[in-house]
Amino acid sequence: MFKNILKRKSSKEIAKDRLKILLISDRVNCSPEMMEMIKNDIAQVISKYMKIDTKSMEIQITKTGNKGRGLKNPTLYANIPILDLKND
Amino acid sequence: MSEVIVVTSGKGGVGKTTTSANVGTGLAAMGKKVILIDTDIGLRNLDVVMGLENRIVYNLVDVVEGNCRIKQAIIRDKRYPTLFLLPSAQTRDKSAVNPSQMVRMISHLKDQFDYIILDCPAGIEQGFQNAIAGADRALVITTPEVSAIRDADRIIGLLEANEIHKIDLIINRIRYDMIKRGDMMSSEDVVEILSLPLLGMVPDDENVVIATNQGEPLVGSNTLAGKAYQNICYRILGREVPFLDLEKGVSFWARVSGIFHKG
Repeated sequence: MFKNILKRKSSKEIAKDRLKILLISDRVNCSPEMMEMIKNDIAQVISKYMKIDTKSMEIQITKTGNKGRGLKNPTLYANIPILDLKND
Repeated sequence: MSEVIVVTSGKGGVGKTTTSANVGTGLAAMGKKVILIDTDIGLRNLDVVMGLENRIVYNLVDVVEGNCRIKQAIIRDKRYPTLFLLPSAQTRDKSAVNPSQMVRMISHLKDQFDYIILDCPAGIEQGFQNAIAGADRALVITTPEVSAIRDADRIIGLLEANEIHKIDLIINRIRYDMIKRGDMMSSEDVVEILSLPLLGMVPDDENVVIATNQGEPLVGSNTLAGKAYQNICYRILGREVPFLDLEKGVSFWARVSGIFHKG
């Protein structure tokens, strides 16, 4: 129970997390479930070649580029922390 | 060279009209010739925020329909000689005007004004299409709330689809005390989510309500929001102005207003 109190996210964090997921599906008309499936598939493929941190990896589809420059096509960004380059 | 700026947000009630009034007034106070156009047909508000509601004779729809000349519909502001307002119609609806009529009207005004500021209605329907039709750049207003940010994101997508690529973000109603205790997204959080350049942060300041009560925009006044709007105007003019330190600002301005209250 105490652990829960300590771990409790601030309402701002909750808002931010909810928005990030919401906007991904808003931007590409792609459901969060499908994003989760894409993420898992990418993780599986990369894992064949190196050891990655699947828990903290993130994927995101953005329509707007950095600094507000509009990109014509949506882009898929994947942030995949590598734990070990050699996977044996 | 004139610049046509649309002030938009998607969600209602986040401060489009207040921002339009203050940015327009601020730019006029800096010597620019400015016209504010209320494009919210049926729900006109910019006139009351500006305190000019008693001077309206003709409106935007009259101009578009040819019932009057554009000069007859434009109202001169009571404070600044270079500030003008083209009010909206109260008894008509959005379908009274179409985007190509807006483009034609704005191109008429372009050689007479430095800045044309369009106050956009809430929503993404025809009123929005009318407001953005002739715009060169957009100011997207949001508050640090999930619903407002979601709508802002949708609006940004629509602006880009309509070939408006100069888009800046203004975050309104920021409460530093709530950010500090983790109950409100900070401007950094909002910028990270929307990935737009930040043009201004306006604190949640009760003086905005007081100013609206009085029909006097507070830009440039000795209030936190007044300072924030003034800085936004400087940035529109291309000057680099540091962002207000809202934490410092609160204590400093609280002290100043404290002195005033005592006196």
